[in-house]
Amino acid sequence: MTPPDAALPLPAPPRPGPIRALVKYARIFRVALIERMTYRGDFLLGTVLRFLPILTTILLWRAIYEGSGQTELGGFNYREMVAYLLLTNISRMFSSMPGLASGIAREIRDGTLKRYLIQPLDLLGYLLSARVAHKFAYIMMSFLPYAGLFYACRGYFDGFPDATQMLAYAASLILAFAVGFYFEACVGMVGFWFLEVTSILYIVMTLNFFISGHMLPLDLLPQPWSGLLKVLPFQYMAYFPAVVFQGKVRGGELLFHLALELFWAVAFAVLARTLYRAGLRRYSAFGG
Amino acid sequence: MPIIEVEGLSKTYRVFRKKEGLLGSLRGLYRREYNEVKAVSGISFSIEPGEMVAFLGPNGAGKTTTLKMLSGLIQPTAGKATVLGHVPWLREDAYRRRFALVMGQKNQLWWDLPAADSFQLHREIYSIPKDRFDRTLGELTELLGVEKLTRQAVRELSLGERMKMELIAALLHGPRVLLLDEPTIGLDVVAQVAIQKCLRDYHESRGVTMLLTSHYMRDVEALCDRVIVITRGTLVHDGPLAGIVERFGESKLVRLQFVGEPPDHAELSRYGEVSKLEGPSAAIRVERHRVAEALADVLNRHALADVSVEAPPLEEVIAKVFEEARPAHDAA
Repeated sequence: MTPPDAALPLPAPPRPGPIRALVKYARIFRVALIERMTYRGDFLLGTVLRFLPILTTILLWRAIYEGSGQTELGGFNYREMVAYLLLTNISRMFSSMPGLASGIAREIRDGTLKRYLIQPLDLLGYLLSARVAHKFAYIMMSFLPYAGLFYACRGYFDGFPDATQMLAYAASLILAFAVGFYFEACVGMVGFWFLEVTSILYIVMTLNFFISGHMLPLDLLPQPWSGLLKVLPFQYMAYFPAVVFQGKVRGGELLFHLALELFWAVAFAVLARTLYRAGLRRYSAFGG
Repeated sequence: MPIIEVEGLSKTYRVFRKKEGLLGSLRGLYRREYNEVKAVSGISFSIEPGEMVAFLGPNGAGKTTTLKMLSGLIQPTAGKATVLGHVPWLREDAYRRRFALVMGQKNQLWWDLPAADSFQLHREIYSIPKDRFDRTLGELTELLGVEKLTRQAVRELSLGERMKMELIAALLHGPRVLLLDEPTIGLDVVAQVAIQKCLRDYHESRGVTMLLTSHYMRDVEALCDRVIVITRGTLVHDGPLAGIVERFGESKLVRLQFVGEPPDHAELSRYGEVSKLEGPSAAIRVERHRVAEALADVLNRHALADVSVEAPPLEEVIAKVFEEARPAHDAA
């Protein structure tokens, strides 16, 4: 053992200022990234398998357009429709959070949540940095296969949008990540009140597939539904970034929706934090 | 100044009483009935820096609940506690950097990662300087003989190996107070001894304050000078280990080796309960205050080759302490 330092005062505990905290979570990010990289095989297979449903979707929509005899549905022609559906895959790449809500609920149920209570570590901060790491790794690794896919499907697109639109697209994707993360975190916090959350999760996720516009563009729905869904936060997880890329939302409307997306991201962040606090109060009063 | 101070600490759980059958379950949806369970009721003690204290008690006595309160996992219903000058359940980072809790095996290690990765995360979480981290990790893995296992996923390790990793994770940041809940439960004797040795060495070199619960008297004998016994939420003994035997061991074991033919069973049982009678040797359990008198009487009547008076085994005394506390509670 080392020379006894018992008599010495403790090494001054590092001041947990905001910058220190940021550095700490950045390092956690790095460790999580290294961990993620070890499952390369997994990754590649998962990405390739993800392309299969895209093929069936393209065939399905071709049949729908041919059957309807119309060239446009809800303002989308056939080419735009396929491009839209390809683009929602990119949106979901940023906004989907597999295992986040169920992971939080499991930590609460199994008691591994203790770790975040006894260590100087914040649950949401930790999960966010780990998730950023996972997303980063995922996007890096699936870049090539996706580039290949989009190249193969280039006939459905009219080239890249202009710089402003591209910038807005990038912003909408990053905000899509934030909305997706904090929304799922909120769902996971329900685990403080209900032991079993699988069924709630299933309903939320199934519903989200539809109301986020992942399945079809929200414009296809009759009013007032499409108007309603465009105010709700869910469209930002799939629909909104896709139509920004397609140049269907521009100017003042674009700015308004980016602001609204930011609002929802912040609102869910605040809600997740509040639920976590309330949940911990309950947890430390009743069990642990 | 005490490093851990506990005063009148109480914890009452409200437990949902589930009714029988389907109808009962349905009724339970809108009208819930609760039972109050007093896990800890008004215990007080204080621990000085550098002490190693064992927390003993039967299952459900409130040991784990007390440790949970001291580590800030749960809030007490009443009473006060400070550890290192902090109120644990406020969960200030300044406190969390300076203590560690070992409770079960999924507390600190990331199950799917190799232990080494969890240790790295700990280095980040606690902001441990690299040289200190490497030195401590080297020492601890060597001491516990797990240098070669840190690159294996924790999930694939044996119970004993996992416990050792868990202990390393708890000690990396150099905690001043270490709370251990059943650190050797389910382990084989070799692993138990390794963990005891690690804790003893660490205590000697760092002067860390330890509070541990265990059902293994070997742990307690090997590690702790002081024992706090709680049964059914109340403190029944606080003092040196030997004191328990003094206080609760009401009988002693008198071993007699007779010269020639020993007296018969009936004669010996006048002194106490005869636990062994084989050939010339006998063992009798004699009440403490009658030992001298009994010995004098035996010596008067018979020739003895050898005699010894032993304290009863610790396990036996502890079992009796636990046993005695039970009816008192049930009556309450």
